[in-house]
Amino acid sequence: MTGKIDITLHINGESFAIRCEPRRTLADAIRDDCGQTGTHIGCEHGVCGACTVLVDGEPVRACLMFAVQAEGRAIRTVEGLAKGDELHPLQRAFMEHHGLQCGFCTPGFLMLAAGVLEREPDIGDDDLLDVLSSNLCRCTGYQNIIKAVRAAAAGMRGR
Amino acid sequence: MSAPKQRAGGTWVGRSIRRLEDPALVAGRGRFTADLNAERHVRFVRSPLASGRIEKIAGPPGVMLVTAADLAGVRPIEPMLHKFNYVPVAQSILAEGVVCFVGEPFAAVVAASEAEAEDFADRVEVSIVEAPATIDARDALAERAPAVHAQVARNVLVDGEITTTDFERVWAAAPMRVKISARSRRQNATPLEARAAHAAFDRSSGRVTLTCTTQMPHLTRTAIADLLGMPEADLRVVAPDVGGGFGQKMSLAPEYVLLVWLARRLRTSVAWTEDRRENLIASYHSRDQYLDIEGAFDADGKLRALRGDIVANIGAYSCFPTTGAVEPLMALAELPGPYDVQAYSCRARGVLTHTCPMAPFRGVSRPAITFAIERLMDKAAQALALDPVEIRRRNLVRTFPYTSATGLVFDEASYREALEVAVAAVDMPAFRERQRKARAAGRHLGIGLATFSERTGYGTPAFAARGMGITPGWETVELSMDPSGFVEARIGASPHGQGLRTTLAQIVADQVGLAPDRIRVVHGDTDRTPYGWGTFASRSLVISGGATLLAAQKLRAKLTRIAAHLLEAAPEDIALEGGEARVAGTDRAMPVAELARAVYHRRHELPPEIAPGLAESATYDPPGTFSNACHVAIVEVDAETGGVTIERFVVVEDAGRIINPMIANGQIHGGVMHGIANALYEEIVYDDAGNILTASLADYLPPTLREAPAIEVHHLETLTSASVTQAKGLGEGGGIGAPAAVINAINDALTPFGVSIDEMPATPQRIRAALRAASEKAA
Repeated sequence: MTGKIDITLHINGESFAIRCEPRRTLADAIRDDCGQTGTHIGCEHGVCGACTVLVDGEPVRACLMFAVQAEGRAIRTVEGLAKGDELHPLQRAFMEHHGLQCGFCTPGFLMLAAGVLEREPDIGDDDLLDVLSSNLCRCTGYQNIIKAVRAAAAGMRGR
Repeated sequence: MSAPKQRAGGTWVGRSIRRLEDPALVAGRGRFTADLNAERHVRFVRSPLASGRIEKIAGPPGVMLVTAADLAGVRPIEPMLHKFNYVPVAQSILAEGVVCFVGEPFAAVVAASEAEAEDFADRVEVSIVEAPATIDARDALAERAPAVHAQVARNVLVDGEITTTDFERVWAAAPMRVKISARSRRQNATPLEARAAHAAFDRSSGRVTLTCTTQMPHLTRTAIADLLGMPEADLRVVAPDVGGGFGQKMSLAPEYVLLVWLARRLRTSVAWTEDRRENLIASYHSRDQYLDIEGAFDADGKLRALRGDIVANIGAYSCFPTTGAVEPLMALAELPGPYDVQAYSCRARGVLTHTCPMAPFRGVSRPAITFAIERLMDKAAQALALDPVEIRRRNLVRTFPYTSATGLVFDEASYREALEVAVAAVDMPAFRERQRKARAAGRHLGIGLATFSERTGYGTPAFAARGMGITPGWETVELSMDPSGFVEARIGASPHGQGLRTTLAQIVADQVGLAPDRIRVVHGDTDRTPYGWGTFASRSLVISGGATLLAAQKLRAKLTRIAAHLLEAAPEDIALEGGEARVAGTDRAMPVAELARAVYHRRHELPPEIAPGLAESATYDPPGTFSNACHVAIVEVDAETGGVTIERFVVVEDAGRIINPMIANGQIHGGVMHGIANALYEEIVYDDAGNILTASLADYLPPTLREAPAIEVHHLETLTSASVTQAKGLGEGGGIGAPAAVINAINDALTPFGVSIDEMPATPQRIRAALRAASEKAA
């Protein structure tokens, strides 16, 4: 089988020295090699966005990136969104506005929205909707996801 | 949206409290099946052909390959139905001798990692002699069609017919006939978490724990134990966090059976995670139906008689436990919907084809039958020059209980009121004016209605009427309060996104006077919960909720007796609320937790007739209750491209008492979105040879947020006597009404072109084809 190589991934400020094949996706590496199972895999072909994480601040579909490509870069996953016990405004807003049902797509939506709002806090509503239409949710009909992200965005701007 | 009602009196039922499920899920601390590590990984090898005889299967040397030949003694899946000319068919866990659909597993590779298993699976060589395949349900009925299973004549798995005694007379007497040939194309429920299973053998006890994405853990245990010939006690089934199901996860997956077999054979842990392609081609499908229906109306637009011929494509096998008869028989029983028509004649057949098997999917047949009958109503209105609202007014059921032509008993509901509230909400006259102006400007706006009933929370008698070999229905709930005053509710239902941990806690909270966060609902573990049927068919809040209420009332009664003794008052003067037992009208009170301490730790202070401990259980098996709703869609159709934009979507829903309005609205939103997808976007497409052309999410199109309209929800609350909590189910309704409302609106928009679009999804291609055909006809 393909030879394995040693790489180090930096996830939420922690370093994980792992040994994996060059073909290993970042999503598999995060989940299976680093044990961070909050990132979910929904389609493995870059459509559903459940595996969205931030790489150097940019939302990335972790099923479309190889783990080796992420070496040396700052990866953020849903596990790193809260600061200790203090939830991120997006996490609070998703609970407050019922932006999740089964919760499988939620980490991907949270990271997608966190990525865009941290980069562009004043993003216009139409652009925000465009960004959020990158990911799929099968439970909520999206109504409450929109509400939650708008509420969190307003809150984050106000701080 | 109407404001969520805040019920007065400090009670919990009726309040939009935050979900108890959410803190773990938003933090990435949910536990899903694929999160578990395993020693060995499984990859299924699936048939590339729709029909054929397997000649030889060979794996790469040194690799563990399992085929049907290894599974001697493992019984096939063979669900039974004792009615409607049902012919049982058997599905081997791995294809044995023949393959019957593209995607059918015929072998499994076991390896140390998922990647390795996939590599080995690619190197499995199979020789299959291709045989003729039949893909379309109507083609499969033809005399010369290839038989999917030799014992099933003309591929008819089930053939149900109902004709009321006076049908012919009433039919002949009615002056006007209106006909619709409706077509509902095939869909896949597509939960975002595809199927997954992890089976771990415990060397100490000899037991296997199967963790899997299922909606019915107890029945999964029964089924797998039966098929493998093992005691149920040796198998524990756990449904951890489950990433959506929508029905796809309520049928037994043959793959799960193999996982348990492997864990026992290898005495280790094995895991399988389905990929999206497998989910789209080989997990269960739904909704593939032809519906020819015809109504006989009198001159006033009253539907006097209804007849139908329904052909449902049920794929290559029959799903367990409902059987593949579930869609055609649901259509047979419920085609008249909320309309009062006593003369009825219908035939519904479930037809085998060389395609992926069908199974229940949110709404089960009712999205299709509601579509058909709502198109019929609009067409009849047009023929009689009646308003679409008026024809519905004249036909909706108005007196309760109402017994339908098929013997269903409708409890109290608000069909007519829901229609009126919806019509008022959209201001119909104003819309018609706007539509007129838009037409003059070359824009095509349309409005569409759907009124429907949603049968929910049905217990044993309703399922028994279907004649299923296994008859679901009741639910049991066990409640206990520990000495620290926390309550645990163990339930047989198996929620997977519906928020039942929260709503059941609200029900208990009101009874025992504690806040919901002191009540933990335990589900999805056959070792920890009483036997139950799981979560499907809009049943859990009604049935498990009913059992929860009954058990909580018993717990309340015992707590009240303890408090009465300790506070030296009469039981009827004790109130449990705000965490305290209080003597009404006095300041004599003690914490509820103290009552628990007393009954566990200081029983000598209590009279002997108060038994130690605080554990109560109850079972509920209701007759069933009908929710109802009216959906209204306003759309704009681009006649040049066939594109449809939904401008507004209004839901007036009556699901009886609402336990948590926020959660109820969420269920409606999600259902409506499935319905819109059904109406416009999602379609599993086969070619003539039985290959699936929509095997990725780039081809099969679940809508995104950009396709999602705002959904306005209004609630009516008809308090029914058919449910002890007075709550009706509402999990499926959104998906039932939306397709009809959207496509009626498209047809309304296109009225000037004289087209009738009776097929869903109404894709741009289909809309353009209809417009083109109409213009060619005119020319």
